[in-house]
Formats: sequence, C-alpha cells, structure tokens
Amino acid sequence: MMLDKIILAILVSSMAFFSVYITTPFLIKVLEKRNLTVKDYNRVGGAMVPRPGGPSILVGIFASELTLYAFFSFSSVEILAIIITTSIAFVVGLIDDCKVLGGWFKPVALAISAIPIILLGAYNPHLSFPLFGFVRIPELYIALIIFMIPVTGNTINSIDVLNGVASRFMIITSFALTASLFIIHNYDIALASLPLGFVSLAFYKYHKFPSRIFPGDSGALTLGAMYGALAIVGHVEIIAAVALLPAVINSFLFLSSVKRIIEHRQIKSNPVTHTDDFKLMATTDEEAPITLVRLILAGGPMTEKQVGFVIFRLAIFSAVLAIVTAFMMGVKI
Amino acid sequence: MKEIQIFLFIFVMWILIIVGGGLLVSIVAPMTINGYGKLGSILDSGVKALIAMILVVVWIFTLSKIKNWIFHKQIKN
Repeated sequence: MMLDKIILAILVSSMAFFSVYITTPFLIKVLEKRNLTVKDYNRVGGAMVPRPGGPSILVGIFASELTLYAFFSFSSVEILAIIITTSIAFVVGLIDDCKVLGGWFKPVALAISAIPIILLGAYNPHLSFPLFGFVRIPELYIALIIFMIPVTGNTINSIDVLNGVASRFMIITSFALTASLFIIHNYDIALASLPLGFVSLAFYKYHKFPSRIFPGDSGALTLGAMYGALAIVGHVEIIAAVALLPAVINSFLFLSSVKRIIEHRQIKSNPVTHTDDFKLMATTDEEAPITLVRLILAGGPMTEKQVGFVIFRLAIFSAVLAIVTAFMMGVKI
Repeated sequence: MKEIQIFLFIFVMWILIIVGGGLLVSIVAPMTINGYGKLGSILDSGVKALIAMILVVVWIFTLSKIKNWIFHKQIKN
C-alpha cells in the first residue's frame, strides 16, 4: 500500500514537472509571436518578456491532478474541488492579464472560485490550532473558505514583483505544506499537493533571473488559489498561513500604507527606484506604498538577485516555522 | 541587521497566531449562552463570531504597532 503511494507520488510529480518544463518554451514562442510581452523595468535596457505563463502552469496542474482523479479513487471530491477552484482562479487571472480591471474584481472573482469547495463539501468545519486543539465553526468556516482563496491568490500575486521570486517562493511554501501534510498523516492530500511544488519548480527554470517568461496574474492566481484550496481540503489552514508569512507581510504592509484595496498598476508612486548602476533602491517618496522589497532595500541598494535571495531566506524561515507548527499540532497542553 | 528585523517580525506574527489560536480554543469556544430558547444557538454562534472578529482586529492592530516599532527607522529612510 505504502509502495503504491510512493510510485503514485513519483508519477504525479514527474507529470507535473515535465508538463510545465516541456510546454513553457512553446508558450514563450507563441507569446513572442503574438507580441504578448511586457517590459522588465528592472533589467538594463528594459527587455521585453513574454507574459502570461499561467497556461503552462495550468497544464501541469491538470495533467497531474486529473491523473490522480481519474485513475485513483481516494479523496476524489477533494481533488475535484482543487481542480475546479484552481481553474476558475486561472480564468480570473487570464481576464486580468488581458483587461485592466478594478481593484475589487480579483478578490470578488476569487471568492466565487472558492464556491466549488463548499458545494462539493470538500471541507471539515474544524479549525485546528497548534498546542490547543481545534474549534468547530460550521457557519464561520464557510466565510473562512470564501475569504481564504482571495487572500492566498492575491498574496502570491502581490509577491510576484521580481524575476523568479513568486515561483521560488511557491516551491518552498508548497513543499513545506506537503511535508506538514505528511507530518499530520494526511497522506492523500499530501500526494495531491506534490504537483504544486513540482509545477513551481519547473516554471522557475524559465522564471528565474533573467526571466524568459512572467507568470502574470493567471499564473500567480492559479498557484495561490491551489495553495489555498489545498490548505482547506487538507485541514492545514494555520500551517499554510504560517508558511505564507513573508508574502502576508508584503500584503499587510501594502494595505496598511495605501489603506484601501487597489491594483498594483494603480499606484502612482513606485516603492522602488534604480541607482545609476541599475541596482534597486528604496524610494524616498513618502506617498509610495511600503512593501517587503522596499523594507529589504531600506538597508541600502541591492541587485535584483540579492533582493530575491533575501526573500528566499525569509521563505525558508517561514517554511521551518510551518513544519514546527505541524509537529506542534500533535502536542496538546 | 535590517534583515534580522524582518525575521523578528515573522517570528512575532507566528507567536501571535499561536496565542490567538489558544485564546479561541480554550476561552471563546467553550463559552455557552443559554436561556434564549431557539435563539440561543444563533446568539451563541453570533457572539463567538463577534469575539473572533474582535480578536482579528486586535491582532492586526498589534501587528501594525509592532511593525511601526520594528521598522520605524527603515520606514523613515
């Protein structure tokens, strides 16, 4: 039985990884041919980079999760909920990639993408906390589901500001989530969570500095919504929130400085500028929002790669805290 | 040094999550409101939801204060 699951884990991980690894170069060519590119403002000369990479990310998720759903009967409702929620989030992101929409569009549309989880009943209305046990909150949990998908989707989207940061961040957080699911003995959802990490890993190959493709809203929202859906169906909401803390801080700093929900493209003052040698530097403009990158750069100018590495260390730290939290779930005081 | 302060902020957030969860599980959840007939269970859930929301607001307020305290110099920069 255990050997079956190990073989299955290798199969879905390989499918997720190679689907993205193989389809992304084709997607890059198609996007370049159709002139679907955006300027990379942080690169010397401002190279044009293809966007969005969401379609290849979705292909990887579909290939692996549908294999789990079609050929293996375990947790089929949960896997179906993950697939539908992630697909709706992808469509929301794709619409936002193609058209400039208001700041409220994404949170509301992502809240709708959470509805399949509720309709399919792929949740358990218990919220588990480390050391203290759990609370049963049937009505409140529905609100939590509707709240959680927009939060995880937008949080990953908001950290997609530098080459490779969002995909690398997702590699670390999703593998921390998988490890946590194994620690709390939720093996089925742990298997279903593996594709998220491997899809992110394959996409990172093309997204890392200097990026050959950007995920766009369709890519970032797909990754974020899948992460949120896994947290709900796997009953690891608190652990998932802990692993996501650096991105949560970014959203928290942003919202507490602009004091309203707006799109990044609606910001008039950029939180980051460039030095003469094209390093990133925190702006002195008081009107500019406070972000995680601006805080990191408050210590002095850095290259894009160096900032990415600081975020990487923060993600590792949060991942360790998430895994510690998972172990603490088994301890009651 | 600046990086350490961000690590510290993440650690404080983690502690607040655990403490907040502890308050919910050990104090708010066991509370019961009786003596209101059929309305009792609705009132019970409503009061617990309200306390949970107040805790979230307090959590955000506390984080905001800690953020200002930890990052005061950086934000001024």
